[in-house]
Amino acid sequence: MVRNIMIVGVGGQGSLLASKLLGRLLLDAGYDVKVSEVHGMSQRGGSVVTYVRYGDKVYSPVIDKGEADFIVSFEQLEAVRWLEYLAPGGVIVTNEQKIDPMPVITGAAEYPEGILEAARAKGVKVDSMDALSIAEKAGSSKAVNIALMGRLSKYFPFDNETWLRAIEACVPPKFLELNVRAFELGRAE
Amino acid sequence: MNESETEGWDCMKSLMLGNAAAARGLYEAGCAVVSSYPGTPSTEITEEAAKYDEIYCEWAPNEKVAMETAFGASLAGKRSFCGMKHVGLNVAADPLFTCSYTGVNAGMIIAVADDPGMHSSQNEQDSRHYAKSAKVPMLEPSDSSEALAFVKAGYELSEGFDTPVILKMCTRIAHSQSVVETSERVMPEPRPYVKDIAKYVMMPGNAIRRHPLVEERTEKLAEFAETTELNRIEPGSDCSKGIITSSTCYQYVKEVCGDKYPVLKLGMVWPLPSKKIVDFASSVEKLYIIEELDGFIEEYCRNLGLDPVGKELFGYLGEYSQNVVAEKLGQPVHTGVKLDSPVPARPPVMCAGCPHRGLFYTLSKNKVTVLGDIGCYTLGAVAPLSAMEMTLCMGASVSALHGFNKANNGESENRTVAVIGDSTFMHSGMTGLANIAYNQSNSTVIILDNSITGMTGHQQNPTTGYNIKGDPAGKIDLESLCRAMGFRRIAVVDPYDLGECDRVIKEELAADEPSVIISRRPCALLKYVRHKPPMRVDPDKCRSCRMCMKIGCPAVSMRSGKAVIDKTLCVGCGVCSQLCRFDAVREG
Repeated sequence: MVRNIMIVGVGGQGSLLASKLLGRLLLDAGYDVKVSEVHGMSQRGGSVVTYVRYGDKVYSPVIDKGEADFIVSFEQLEAVRWLEYLAPGGVIVTNEQKIDPMPVITGAAEYPEGILEAARAKGVKVDSMDALSIAEKAGSSKAVNIALMGRLSKYFPFDNETWLRAIEACVPPKFLELNVRAFELGRAE
Repeated sequence: MNESETEGWDCMKSLMLGNAAAARGLYEAGCAVVSSYPGTPSTEITEEAAKYDEIYCEWAPNEKVAMETAFGASLAGKRSFCGMKHVGLNVAADPLFTCSYTGVNAGMIIAVADDPGMHSSQNEQDSRHYAKSAKVPMLEPSDSSEALAFVKAGYELSEGFDTPVILKMCTRIAHSQSVVETSERVMPEPRPYVKDIAKYVMMPGNAIRRHPLVEERTEKLAEFAETTELNRIEPGSDCSKGIITSSTCYQYVKEVCGDKYPVLKLGMVWPLPSKKIVDFASSVEKLYIIEELDGFIEEYCRNLGLDPVGKELFGYLGEYSQNVVAEKLGQPVHTGVKLDSPVPARPPVMCAGCPHRGLFYTLSKNKVTVLGDIGCYTLGAVAPLSAMEMTLCMGASVSALHGFNKANNGESENRTVAVIGDSTFMHSGMTGLANIAYNQSNSTVIILDNSITGMTGHQQNPTTGYNIKGDPAGKIDLESLCRAMGFRRIAVVDPYDLGECDRVIKEELAADEPSVIISRRPCALLKYVRHKPPMRVDPDKCRSCRMCMKIGCPAVSMRSGKAVIDKTLCVGCGVCSQLCRFDAVREG
């Protein structure tokens, strides 16, 4: 049985750290793990996606349509962009922040309203939160990634200690306190 | 936030990027010299190798230089390596084809990373053809663990068969992390350099004697391919289909089919094991070949008289996935739900504060025809700037500008420029510039000097003054270099200063001799670059004219009819404020 987590967002939002954290956590829990990342051009403010897969034995490094048990999104539009990848019964954990893509900035398109509600109307479980405010409360807007990991952690059987150990292994000591704070605020939300 | 450095290798079992695992393989196999040019998705092999103090690592100016450096190190008796992306191997094809003839002294591995789906590339070429035409063996791992193991196997092959060996990666192998078990570094037996003119001087009289050895070597390697564990048959319960596959396609096949159909999993994709393939084909009812990009294995099978199912079913385009394989093999395909209305695309954009933006805005405003090159600045072609009309390959902007102007009998000289980054200029723009100087076109070349190789994630280059480890190194001065080539008109501008950019571009295009404009400002993402406080818009002064939107900055948008600046993105470059005629955009 393979479980799938997709992390989606806008290039530069810190999805690589989130996937590193999950990879570490799941490997320590004894699973076979594969994490597929995106580097290069699409990182430049474009739509980015990272795949985290775990189970007894994982073959493919990517997650396909209809397979994601969780989509963790750093931005609203990205949450619905990848909706088709969600497995039946899967959960979207998303930041409510909106970041205009270039077609919206240039006026070629409009940022659609009510997209999370539209996803819910399709029967999709959408767990949304203002992760930016939580991150700022923790001390830095850049901790959105870890605040969302805090929220995601509520769906997993691992205790707080296990998560904190994985965070400690993945962030530099000088940012540890900030990230732990963001994680715990996200988990308490 | 903030990635930490790759953790220490104290734990034996860890999750590792395919590229990091290949680097670990270099370390464990006793590789001593690494020379590469960065290129997605190959870059991290060399970046990770540079973290081992035991390996000498460098960024070379281009892939040809890198491969020749690695060859020299092999000649000197040290295991060597060079890494590049698929198009980089085009640049290095010259040494590749002839070091196949000379063979090696110590082992030499060339890593090439293909990019099916073109996540970060200008084409979708299949590097396996190089192994066949240069007549060198090619190994193709299917996960990180194999990336490590195949590097070590590659050195054994290289020394055992006296040949360079190609390690073929692809985006999904290079940029996926999977579990790897590490071991200690083991140094190979020394192989001192011995003068051998007949082997190493490839002039006709010697090369003609080397060619038969190359053909014999290929035959021996083909025999090796029949028995090596790199190529393995995995039995299946249902022989109605049998699948030959490799790399990431192997993973998709196993994901979909498990142990249902027999699989011939190839770890060595050149030379191919003819007998093993024919035997495998005869053990199944219908042979399938599942390989991304070209029908390389399929064509080989057809030459063996087999009639496999391959490209006619799977096609030549892009990446496959488990759903693609499932659909084509008639297995259940996963599906999800979609929203009824379309979602606006989010293409990559130049970052807020990108120094290229001001320059491209000025070129666009002056309706200049821009022949472009490979780097972040290729995004200058994207709306709203839409200020680039050609991008071909590394260095082509400069050479093509010369041809463009020659063809127009000089009439295009005052309204056409080439735009090329500092690293790309060092890679292969210099030779084009030499052609302009030598064959005299009145061309204007703009070097975008952002003091780093940006697109691939901030690698040093010969103009930055630092080496791969970040230590001080030789620094090539662009102005002196251009002057030495004979250019008298060399102007340096700050691309944040739109007025200055406009003046200089007009002046140099009008000049009646060739000129170089150096647009100089470090990449806004560099850690040492100090940012100003974010700009802000005074809503009472904003007249909603949208002038500030013309530069396509991701930090500037319209909300309720007024311009607003995202304070989390803005770095205070001030380019937008220079466009505002109502003094509405102010320093924060």
